[in-house]
Amino acid sequence: MIRSILTAAATATASLAAADDQPVLTVYTYDSFVSDWGPGPQIETRFEERCACDLRFVAAGDGAALLARLKLEGSRSAADIVLGLDTNLVAEAAATGLFAPHGVSAAFDLPIAWEDPVFLPYDWGYFAFVYDTARLAQAPDSFEALLAAPADLRIIVQDPRSSTPGLGLLMWVKAVYGDRAPEIWAALAPRILTVTKGWSEAYGMFLDGEAEMVLSYTTSPSYHRIAENDDTKRAAIFSEGHMMQIEVAGKLASSRQPDLADAFLTFMRSAAFQSVIPTTNWMYPAVMPQTGLPEGFDAPLGPDAALTIPAADAPALKAEALAEWLAALSN
Amino acid sequence: MARGAKQLSARQSRRRRLGARLRLSAGSVAGVLHRAAGLSTAGLLLALFLAPLTALLANAPSDFGLGPADRAAVRFTLLQATLSAGLSCALAVPLARALARRRFPGHGTLVLLFGAPFVLPAIVAVLGLTAIWGRGGPISDALAWLGAARLDVYGLGGVVLGHVFFNLPLVTRLLLQGWVTIPAEHWRLAQHLGMTPGAVFRHLERPMLREVLPGAALLVFLLAMTSFAVALTLGGGPGASTLEVAIYQALRFDFALGRVALLGLLQFALGAALALLLLRYGRDSDFGQGLDLTARPVPNRLAPRHAVWVDTTIIGASALLLLAPLAAVAIRGAGALAAGLPVSVYRALGTSLAVALPSAALSLLLALGLAQLALDLGGLRGRIAQTIGLIGLAASPFVLGSGLFLLVNPIADPFALALPVTILVNAVMSLPFALRLLLPALATLRASYGTLTASLGITGWARLRYVTWPSIRRPAAFALGLAAALSASDLGVITLFAPPDVETLPLAVYRLMGAYRMTDAMGAALLLMLLSLGLFWLAGRLGRDP
Repeated sequence: MIRSILTAAATATASLAAADDQPVLTVYTYDSFVSDWGPGPQIETRFEERCACDLRFVAAGDGAALLARLKLEGSRSAADIVLGLDTNLVAEAAATGLFAPHGVSAAFDLPIAWEDPVFLPYDWGYFAFVYDTARLAQAPDSFEALLAAPADLRIIVQDPRSSTPGLGLLMWVKAVYGDRAPEIWAALAPRILTVTKGWSEAYGMFLDGEAEMVLSYTTSPSYHRIAENDDTKRAAIFSEGHMMQIEVAGKLASSRQPDLADAFLTFMRSAAFQSVIPTTNWMYPAVMPQTGLPEGFDAPLGPDAALTIPAADAPALKAEALAEWLAALSN
Repeated sequence: MARGAKQLSARQSRRRRLGARLRLSAGSVAGVLHRAAGLSTAGLLLALFLAPLTALLANAPSDFGLGPADRAAVRFTLLQATLSAGLSCALAVPLARALARRRFPGHGTLVLLFGAPFVLPAIVAVLGLTAIWGRGGPISDALAWLGAARLDVYGLGGVVLGHVFFNLPLVTRLLLQGWVTIPAEHWRLAQHLGMTPGAVFRHLERPMLREVLPGAALLVFLLAMTSFAVALTLGGGPGASTLEVAIYQALRFDFALGRVALLGLLQFALGAALALLLLRYGRDSDFGQGLDLTARPVPNRLAPRHAVWVDTTIIGASALLLLAPLAAVAIRGAGALAAGLPVSVYRALGTSLAVALPSAALSLLLALGLAQLALDLGGLRGRIAQTIGLIGLAASPFVLGSGLFLLVNPIADPFALALPVTILVNAVMSLPFALRLLLPALATLRASYGTLTASLGITGWARLRYVTWPSIRRPAAFALGLAAALSASDLGVITLFAPPDVETLPLAVYRLMGAYRMTDAMGAALLLMLLSLGLFWLAGRLGRDP
């Protein structure tokens, strides 16, 4: 026991003294990216093989917590790259003035055209309600069908104030229904079993059989099929379309390693990076590698299913939608 | 006659305390040092709270004002915290009494297991609770089989259920500690006098409850007040948002640092106001120190005969309520734990221990200093000193964390300070518990031996070694165990400061869940449970009389 304490203390101190003979590239990202089963470790190895540098990931909660942290640090931030913001945060992040333009013009395999001068996408996905075929024979195929479903069909969603998918659903309803969003939330309220702080609580409760459907991603069933050999999970595909989440990275203007940062952004589009994404981050690669998706991974929905909110409209829309959501669900 | 004897002894002990106080104020060097230690502890705590607040305010002085959503959050926070504290205490009194007067096989294990719910990460506790009480749980299955509707716990009831699950064991352990401080002589005397159960309650149990319960209720209230994930998830929707949710939203969603500070201050003011109010009702039990320290009394011979069945029912029902959700977690995690968890989880176990042990020691030291100060000052000023000790619970970890981060970041690398800051903040967070445990024991000690040690000139190390430690050994050891377990399971501040390869066990649980690995996460949660039980067990050994 004593030994493990000492080892932990030693690991902690060792990690603080970064390798001194190589330049360090610091990348801020979200928690699940750097975990042992996330993309982080493989990407670190692959990039360090070609950069003669020390790639250092720093984890900070999720996308929104990441942006909050960056704002706390301001231009003193140690970060060279921030990886893991999504389309709902891009405008707010750009407005901080902390990021530098990427200067890259490249094509991406996204259902929409990408033209942002500051941020580059590295993966993407669709929000969706996931269900278990063993418990729910027929899932609703649209929002309308969900609203009309039998009373015992209950869903779990996440709180938009603390969770990225939660915010995604807020924008999804807004994109489909616009000004009708408050009445849709009021109609949805009795179906909502509960609202959780994060994705993990919601998904854990769904797997335990608490609710028939949970807000997650269209790619969630692929995880169960590939990693657990379980083919019972499905994403309910809605005819109104699905809200997209595009995850992006950007270079900080204050970076002391601007060349290395550019090299990383270029590397981000390579097959070496992109081929890691599907089975570690469980999202679609922003540049499809020649080998395509791994076997058992569901192909993405076509471009006609893709719903988006223009990045510039997101901040105002998100405040309005949150107020409507709170009013509809607080009773 | 008993009443007369008690009044007499109360008068004597008051006189003794007065004597002790006179001697201290006469300026014995030790007393001054003592006071200095206590005052600097209080100063450190205040600084630790005020500095982050100031940093937040300095960064964004503008966006003030409370909206309707904030007012709703305050109302819900106060309502659920009051109910949670009231119910936890109301259930803990009969449970602790039953456990104090009954001995049965597995008694020690059961009391030890009561240490587990308290340290579970919120996410795991929620899953454990819904595994029993949820729509897919056994109770719902039984109802469905009978043709009734499935349970829907989500709402105020669910929130209170969750908080009782967390806190009933805590209050029970605090009360058990209170029951053993009633000297054996008193129980024997009561038996000789043929006291009725009602008389025993009036003369022995009520004074003890009056000493312990207000503080215990306060702890539960503060814990429930700062609840986030449990309140939201079991509350069923944003109507169950606490102030803590509003603070998180201000930080993460709106990035309005001024509001973070304002809401943090509001939360702290509510907690402090309640502390000053509740602690007023607390009274020293004035039992004095018994001479018979070897054999701890089992006051079961005083209980009425039918009480056996009542006690058995109470213990059985509580065990079911508290242990069933734990069992649900353990069953899920056992397979993964046996099959071997990812290596990083075991590294996280080491980190958690490296944080927990120094933090527990620091917490005990701070509590000793502050408890002495509170006793020296007495009255309102003593209660203010105690209230300062509650800062850790009444202050949001988001406020402390982000404020400290703002302070540290310009002058030092936050990652380099990850462990020291976490150790310090965790020590402050567990200080209130240590304080509650130590205060009654130190008050008794002072009343019994204060004059004697002062007149014999026993001070400093000798007093600590030969007088203080033997008398507070039991509560101090329990406080150490509690602080270590709390610190090992805390998630609060480390998330803002930790470099990615420094991961504590609760952080590992969250990260595993975030990556779909629910089974491994349950295995890591089980490991965390075992770790805290191990810490409590060690503390129990340390607290045993030599």
